[in-house]
Amino acid sequence: MFRNLIAGVALASLAATAHAAFNIDQLMAGLAQHPGGRAKFVEKRTLAVLDRPLVATGEMTYTPPDRLEKRTLTPRPETLVLDRDQVSIERDKRTYTINLASRPEALAFVDSIRSTLAGNRAALEKNYTLQLAGSSEHWVLTLTPTAQRIATLLQRITVSGAGDQIRTIDYLLADGDRSELTIEPLDPR
Amino acid sequence: MTRVGWRTLLLWSLAMLAGAAVVWNSRFSADISFFLPARPTAEQQILVDQLKEGAVSRLLMLAVEGGDATQRARMSRDLQSRLAALPEFASVQNGGTSGENAARDFLLRHRYLLSPAVTPERFTVAGLNAAISSSIDLLASPAGMLLKPTLTRDPTGELVELVGGLDAGAEPASRDGVWASRDGKRALLLVQTRALGSDTDGQERAIALIRAQFAAASDSAGLGALKLELSGPGLFAVNSRATIKHEVTRLSLISLTAIIAVLLFVYRSPRVLLLSLLPVASGALAGIVAVSLVYGTVYGITVGFGSALIGEAVDYAIYYFVQSGRLGLDNWRQRYWPTIRLGVLTSVCGFAALLLSGFPGLAQLGLYALSGVLAAALVTRFVLPPLAGAPAQIPVSARIGNALHGGLRRVRILRAPAAVLALAAFAYLAVQRHELWLPNLSALSTVSAEDATLDTRLRADLGTPDARYLVVVTAPDRETALQTAERAGRRLDRLVADGVIDGYDSPARFLPSAATQAARRASLPPADELQRRLQAAVAGLPLSAGKLAPFVADVASAREAPLLDRRALDGSGLALAVDSLLLHGANGWSALLPLRPAAGAPTTDIPAATVRAALAGSGALFVDTKGQFDALYGDYLQQAVWLSSAGFVAIVVLLLAALRSPRRLAGVLLPLVLAVTLVIAGLHLAGERLQLLHLVGMLLIVAVGSNYALFFDRNTGGAELDTATLMSMAVAATTTVIGFGTLALSSVPVLHAIGVTVGPGALLALLLSAAFASHEA
Repeated sequence: MFRNLIAGVALASLAATAHAAFNIDQLMAGLAQHPGGRAKFVEKRTLAVLDRPLVATGEMTYTPPDRLEKRTLTPRPETLVLDRDQVSIERDKRTYTINLASRPEALAFVDSIRSTLAGNRAALEKNYTLQLAGSSEHWVLTLTPTAQRIATLLQRITVSGAGDQIRTIDYLLADGDRSELTIEPLDPR
Repeated sequence: MTRVGWRTLLLWSLAMLAGAAVVWNSRFSADISFFLPARPTAEQQILVDQLKEGAVSRLLMLAVEGGDATQRARMSRDLQSRLAALPEFASVQNGGTSGENAARDFLLRHRYLLSPAVTPERFTVAGLNAAISSSIDLLASPAGMLLKPTLTRDPTGELVELVGGLDAGAEPASRDGVWASRDGKRALLLVQTRALGSDTDGQERAIALIRAQFAAASDSAGLGALKLELSGPGLFAVNSRATIKHEVTRLSLISLTAIIAVLLFVYRSPRVLLLSLLPVASGALAGIVAVSLVYGTVYGITVGFGSALIGEAVDYAIYYFVQSGRLGLDNWRQRYWPTIRLGVLTSVCGFAALLLSGFPGLAQLGLYALSGVLAAALVTRFVLPPLAGAPAQIPVSARIGNALHGGLRRVRILRAPAAVLALAAFAYLAVQRHELWLPNLSALSTVSAEDATLDTRLRADLGTPDARYLVVVTAPDRETALQTAERAGRRLDRLVADGVIDGYDSPARFLPSAATQAARRASLPPADELQRRLQAAVAGLPLSAGKLAPFVADVASAREAPLLDRRALDGSGLALAVDSLLLHGANGWSALLPLRPAAGAPTTDIPAATVRAALAGSGALFVDTKGQFDALYGDYLQQAVWLSSAGFVAIVVLLLAALRSPRRLAGVLLPLVLAVTLVIAGLHLAGERLQLLHLVGMLLIVAVGSNYALFFDRNTGGAELDTATLMSMAVAATTTVIGFGTLALSSVPVLHAIGVTVGPGALLALLLSAAFASHEA
């Protein structure tokens, strides 16, 4: 009994250590398992020039490993598709296409979200230093740009979530403006 | 030599000297006007202007290959700054951010003159509210990134309006901040020369400069691994000219050497050989003189045709020397000259038909050959005899005589097979008649296949669309041209809205007419009025009027700013876009509005009828350039059919008048028609792509081949042909086959086609004439 108790405590403490040591590799491995799917989002932009934040809502669909579709429904319909190294934005019947290979800054920006979704640590560390806090049930990953050309645009990105599910992405731009994205999965597994 | 001889020689020398003087002062050209219509329609005139003087004809595309992306980008920047500093280049773009920023700054600075959204309504309270609300909505999107830095200056989003109208999809890819191919393996630059596209010397200098600067940049930066590729209309012109120059020399040399060898073998006398070349030289000179005097410019391809003329013009001297030696001069004049004269006249008929062609190259070839043949014949008849003195005896060995007579007897067995074969060929051609002729002008292009491939690749890399569909407006002055372009643009806007076309470009986008600019400027309210309306307009919006002081200031200064003229665009990188679409020609100004096919379907054609209906009454012309070129070639081909038929009829009438017997006429014509049929069927079977010059070649087979057929006709009623006559015909045919056959070696399609048709055709004409004519002997 006592031995069992000892064993139990040992196991529990082991579990606690494992919990405390929830690390980036584990997080990335979990994210990489994510099969993709649909989610609702609310995006709140806070701009210095405006008196109050702008709120946009819509749906996004992630198809691993590199396709992300973000369909804004309010205040104005817009569809953004990120497919490999192409971003296209459809708005007011017009489509703008950006070849990311031509725009390294935009690519680094887009890569932050895409590589997080795909759990691709190596890709993230090319442009950012990573810092993880919290547990696997509630983790917060902070990306700080290392390259000067990204740092002139962006202070940091904070991603939080539970398990392999991302809940919020918070961009803090270099000029102090910020954009907070809250994600709610639509088809629970 | 007799006194008559000396006098003739003197006169001939004077004529040659005068001719040499004309040639010395002639303008030689190898540009594409050889192929462009002499009497263009309005639509064709636009294409001609574009090809000769348009900004597009001055564009050169450069690609830097090899090394790594960083090296290529460094080279691109280095080359850009080196070339931009030279006066030979009007614009050098490499997609560098400096160029992009310059264009953006220009658009931002002049947005109230340039933006089509600027109307009095836009600056009312409601208009401002709508525009600012829409800008704020845009801020919520990643697409708003462009807008954010300028929001307080441009809250109505005019810059977005302007940039959004640009064809973002057509922008080339970029690596390390400069243009690159889609796969990133080549850095790209776009250079516009100051020299016109039709100025081949200027283009050649510009290209040499680019190569030299590239080499210098490679050396100074130690970038030896990099390679430069270059393409564009200027390069095509320079290369074509080099090819034609090279070929004129090469072909004439081959043809002359081979003919001299044959003549030396036959004559065994250098003196007679030299005398034989006299009519040839006279003919070649006369041809160039005639062309120069009539057309002002002599095309290189025309001179290249000289190698065939040599083979044809030397015939008369051969007849003279071989035949008159035995008969004596007077006898020769009586017995043979009429036949030769008739042969000359049939040749002249053939070439004269080409004179009427609207295809300037073809007309020149006709005039050149016609004057050449005529001069050679006249020199043979009137200059050679007094110069040569007593007719020389050309040795005719018994062995050759026997061989010729033996051959003549044996050639009769060809009769039945030739007739059967020709019937089969005729049937084959009748079945294939719809697939015989290549339907487009590219068949005549002197651009090599490698050059064309490189050009297509660079064009795709740069995303420069083939401006296949154009709307064109013309006007006496620039302002009217721009106003008309704006009116046509409004009609096209409706087609864009309906999804008929994806969009269009217009010179008025970056350079609106003064009237439009003035109207836009007049839409701007004074500062205090704008301030008042702004207060009301932003009520309820998250943007307070207090933050928009830069906007009010910008509008106030825009009210005072002068209107834009063409010079204001210099240095913005937008000048090229305007210059390439706004042309100043001999007949005033024309503005081009290239159309883009509906999105997602780049291969589909634009429905011409719909566009024409939309433009009806606006004075704008819709041009399908590819269709125009095809139609142009179709016209040439149709005309060539017509002219060849007319030439053939003229020859038939001439022969009938001279022979005065339908039966003899048939005897002369039959072998010629069979030869033509066999040659065309043979060429088609051999996979030769037949075009209009092959068609012209058919006429020339009849015109040239009839010379031999006529000799056999003379003989049909009388004695068997004597050895000297037979030999003269064999030698004359050989030189003609050599002359035209040499052209078949040419890589210039025009010359190749004539050579490959007339060379074998002349030989067949001789053989078949022999086969069919000797039956009563």
